[in-house]
Amino acid sequence: MIPAAFDYHAPTSVEEALRLLAESGDDVKVLAGGQSLLPVLKLRLAAPEVVVDLGRIDALRGVREDGEALVIGAMTPHHEVASDPLVQQHALLLREATRTVADPQVRHRGTFGGALAHADPAGDLLAPCLALDAEFVIAGQGGTRTVAAADFFQDYFTTAIDDGEILTEVRVPKHTGWRAHYEKFSRVAQQWSIVAIAVTLRSEGGTISEARVALTNMGTVPIRATAAEQALAGVAATPEAVAQAVAGIAEGTEPPSDLNGDADYRRHLATVLARRAVLAAAG
Amino acid sequence: MTRITMTVDGVSYTDDVENRTLLVQYLREQLGKTGTVVGCDTTNCGACTVHLDGRSVKSCTVLAVQADGHEVRTVEGLATDGELAPIQQAFHDCHALQCGFCTPGMMMQSLDLLAENPDPTDEEIREGLEGNMCRCTGYQNIVKAVRQAAGTGAQS
Amino acid sequence: MTAVDETTTAPAAEIGSPRKRKEDQRLITGRTRYTDNITLPGMLHLGMVRSPLAHATITGIHTDDAKASPGVVAVYTGADLAAAHGSLPNAWPVTPDQKAPEHHAVAVDRVAFAGEIVAVVVARSPREARDATELVEVDYDDLEPVLDLEAAAAGPPYAHPDLGTNESATWIFDSAEAGTGSDVEAAIDQARGDGVVIERTYRQQRLIPAFMEPRSTVVDPTSEQITMWSATQVPHILRLMLALTCNISESKLRVIAPDVGGGFGGKLQVTPEEVTTLLVANRLGKPVKYTETRSESLVAGHHGRDQVQRLTLSATKEGIVTGLKVDLLANMGAYLGLVTSGVPVLGAFMYNSIYKFPAYRFTCHNIFTNLTWTDAYRGAGRPEATFAIERLMDDLAAELQMDPIELRRKNWIRHEEFPFTTVAGLEYDSGNYEAATDKALELFGYDELRSEQQRRRESNDPVQLGIGTSTFTEMCGLAPSRVLGSLAYGAGGWENAQVRMLPSGKVEVVTGASAHGQGHETAWSQIVADRLGVAFEDVEVLHGDTQVSVKGLDTYGSRSLSVGGIAVVKAADKVIEKARHVAAHLMEASEDDLEFSGGRFSVKGTDKGMAIGEIALAVFAAHNLPDGMEPTLDSDATYDPVNFSFPHGTHLAAMEVDTETGAVKLRKYVCVDDVGIVVNPLIVEGQVHGGLVQGIAQALFEEAVYDDQGTLVTGSFVDYLVPSAADVPDFITDRTETPSTTNPLGVKGVGEAGTIASTPAIVNGVLDAIRHLGVQDLTMPCTPSRVWQALQSREQGEPASVQPTNPEQTSGNLNSSGVISPEQGPRTEGGAS
Repeated sequence: MIPAAFDYHAPTSVEEALRLLAESGDDVKVLAGGQSLLPVLKLRLAAPEVVVDLGRIDALRGVREDGEALVIGAMTPHHEVASDPLVQQHALLLREATRTVADPQVRHRGTFGGALAHADPAGDLLAPCLALDAEFVIAGQGGTRTVAAADFFQDYFTTAIDDGEILTEVRVPKHTGWRAHYEKFSRVAQQWSIVAIAVTLRSEGGTISEARVALTNMGTVPIRATAAEQALAGVAATPEAVAQAVAGIAEGTEPPSDLNGDADYRRHLATVLARRAVLAAAG
Repeated sequence: MTRITMTVDGVSYTDDVENRTLLVQYLREQLGKTGTVVGCDTTNCGACTVHLDGRSVKSCTVLAVQADGHEVRTVEGLATDGELAPIQQAFHDCHALQCGFCTPGMMMQSLDLLAENPDPTDEEIREGLEGNMCRCTGYQNIVKAVRQAAGTGAQS
Repeated sequence: MTAVDETTTAPAAEIGSPRKRKEDQRLITGRTRYTDNITLPGMLHLGMVRSPLAHATITGIHTDDAKASPGVVAVYTGADLAAAHGSLPNAWPVTPDQKAPEHHAVAVDRVAFAGEIVAVVVARSPREARDATELVEVDYDDLEPVLDLEAAAAGPPYAHPDLGTNESATWIFDSAEAGTGSDVEAAIDQARGDGVVIERTYRQQRLIPAFMEPRSTVVDPTSEQITMWSATQVPHILRLMLALTCNISESKLRVIAPDVGGGFGGKLQVTPEEVTTLLVANRLGKPVKYTETRSESLVAGHHGRDQVQRLTLSATKEGIVTGLKVDLLANMGAYLGLVTSGVPVLGAFMYNSIYKFPAYRFTCHNIFTNLTWTDAYRGAGRPEATFAIERLMDDLAAELQMDPIELRRKNWIRHEEFPFTTVAGLEYDSGNYEAATDKALELFGYDELRSEQQRRRESNDPVQLGIGTSTFTEMCGLAPSRVLGSLAYGAGGWENAQVRMLPSGKVEVVTGASAHGQGHETAWSQIVADRLGVAFEDVEVLHGDTQVSVKGLDTYGSRSLSVGGIAVVKAADKVIEKARHVAAHLMEASEDDLEFSGGRFSVKGTDKGMAIGEIALAVFAAHNLPDGMEPTLDSDATYDPVNFSFPHGTHLAAMEVDTETGAVKLRKYVCVDDVGIVVNPLIVEGQVHGGLVQGIAQALFEEAVYDDQGTLVTGSFVDYLVPSAADVPDFITDRTETPSTTNPLGVKGVGEAGTIASTPAIVNGVLDAIRHLGVQDLTMPCTPSRVWQALQSREQGEPASVQPTNPEQTSGNLNSSGVISPEQGPRTEGGAS
């Protein structure tokens, strides 16, 4: 319950933050909303010498439009993402998924970028970002670079963010008017996803014209279900047709086995939940 | 040590704190605001819920230095001039507490959910309290209390 | 339930009134005094160094770095403290030859479970104490840990090698030997020939009490008496046991249970932490505080349940039960706590439940393992018994293709048969199972739900519906002292109360029951207000401090009202008798001519009268009292119950099972409880609600799981799933009132009823939904994964029962060394950095 002592910096600009990171040596942690990091510190599973808090960098907070992209500042809290009208209009899937993250108190503090940088494979924002082909803007001493979602999530709790770098914003191609559903399966409300399915799609007259599907907690990183997306295009939104289109969605996945179920169970769940998610999204 | 200033229950405080001090530790140990309690160390139980700039947070998962310059409201700031706030009255009326340990956090979160949704359904109340554990009441009377408070402008 | 405002002065009948609680004011305003809120001048803080290993020899402890750490005052090892105390107490040697290891507050040369304390850091602040615990290095030699209960029963290896066995005791009750029934083997043999025999093995998973307030202890030695504040259910027992364990005169120790944030049996203990805090404070002469973290609480506070139940029930083909044989393995964990060994014995008398079994045999084997010690958890022995018999009755009904309610009707004690002596030798004083069941069936809409179940089955609906039944009884009001004596328990079961008439007319009630959420202050006020005819508001209830409440046996086993409340009645009655004597003297009347009603003594046939408050003032002045009378009305009473009380009820659960995912949903829950006369229906309803959720949580959510090294995998609330409001529905609760005939209020107990009854109702409901699909058994908790696996096994033609998830396969936990490395960070609640 008591973190080890650390030096604390609260820069007010990205430049200052990058400079502090560079000066702080190897044993530094970036603090965003703190809803995952602080428990880790309290349990002393990590004991960094320096903590750099991004919470006072106003430029990292908020949602804006930039042409064909929706830009979400990394330090935008979940509850702001979930209630933002631009998100609802252009990236409904993000709203649906964000609303399922943890609980209200955590959603007030926890941030969009923090959750993505933490990259817990059971986290609820990874698959939606992958499904939406989001791009991750990473700032470093040498400038900024943009990484596609497919390249951003590299392994269990590991992303393309290098030491000394900061995730500043996420650019989400507008999916204006797309319907969406995030089907989350857990044993109690507060629990992490055992498996979840992120779906966003366009449909006309009961037929799915285009779909994006990704899986949460079915491997060390979120998984894009490309084959299912292709199979769903042009399919009538009926239980039978959708079930057939997503039947192979878990093939080849290597989900974890734990107290909540083994890999076989998770693969089975993914198949059932994918059908339900697509049908729910298709309305 | 870092010097911080924050307003807690309407009073401004300036103190030196260790960087690692959690907001709840600052409230309890330095300000004597022991009405806010600690029930877990993994941000699950919600017993330590307070309002930070008007929104509910788990004060075990905020550093005191993060709250520097901000405004905090705790259970001790609910009653005014000895008059119970509607949410407190509702918890009392509906027998929504037994041991009382979860109650401060439960009431602070209830206020937040009512601010967001002044006329919630039972299901919305239950979802709004998903981050707060109670081991005594079975929740039914808590839901009832929030419903009662919803009719009395308790969100303020 | 409509609450009554406390400002209205009550008419005569306080008992039965839904008074809002007196306790609430401080709790809703944050003006609380939980132990961790207490700060004293010069107070020092403890940090515990705990073993990460389940079983190991300690070969060295290096404390120099810790001692040199800023703010550290001292570091103690087990060797430093061992001479200052004896083995931590077990008050219930269930057999004369019961085996138990010595239990030090701080391990000396061997650790027997992961989480055991191996060293204690004392520092000026909690932070400095915590920092220094990191600097204590302990050398261990691994010993083979004993982790599996059934393997342990067969042993070796042994959890305590010196004992040469893992068996602490074997305790047997046999109705033929006791003369309370016939021979069960004969009954089973008979049924194998011409009846039905149901043989099952059920598992009671390991649970954690998970009271919301972590345990905390403050000890102030800076006075003639040492004062301990502790988050305990049992200040009186704690005081006695600490005195005996630490060789301190009982009169030199004062124990206070201030506001206590729940217990559920989990704070019915004399803990290593309490002993350690006392010893350190005594040694240093300074106030000392220790407050555990939740992680420490989950791993080191005692756990509950953890039994394997091997059961054989015999019946005729018509469904009349003829015999019941129970063979238990009960997991003690690493040590015997205060009543660890007696928990399964408390269940022994309840397996036959409300049914008229002619033959019964109960055997339990108390087994040591290298897991966290177990002890009382809400219900303690009785939930296990009720689960077993109610599951068996549903299984028998399924076997006979009979409605489970109908089967129960054939076998239960009819209301006109009370008092009824059971095959386990208890005398049930009263009950009306028919009435409670009829009311429950009506509230539930039983017939409509059965019809819907049939429709869903016929249409092969992916969501199947099941109805679970639990017609339970329990024994509570612990306990008649002579019965405890016959069971070799180390103390009695009486309770003490004092009623003090203050000269101002106010009344102080002192009770030996120690509340931690139950609402004694309110309920006792109601009882006394009625008895003495004073206003509810004029009664003050004092408790939880051995210097105020000088005698008591505290709160557990649903005993407070039916034992402690009766002591209050007896003390109040003594006050009235003393006051009658004075009233007769002052009004110059014969005592026989006085009537006492509404708080006034009046002389029959006249308008002369005196209020009891006036008499109290006169006695205080003592100017004119009857010759030889002591100038006081104050009275105390120590009440030893003549019998247990036997609340009962009928609980019905409608469960939906999603056969595609295995997800289970509680759709409707109805319970009709009979807890006798109710003092405060608001409080009773609250107790039932809370009890239900704990019982439901055993059925569906909670389980303490260890890995193959003996590390607790469910070591935080991330993995130990206590349900939130979003995980349970509203319940329909109602009551019948069949008064107990063995106490003057007619009350029974309600603290554990909901927990005891609900677990089998839920599991029976889940099974009823999918039994027709070939699933015969499910292991608790009935997780989606287990339910789905059970359905798959059936499809693959395998035995349709599901084994627990392999504990090696874990993730998402905070404390195991398995999947998540510290660098990667654990999974905690947020998911949102």
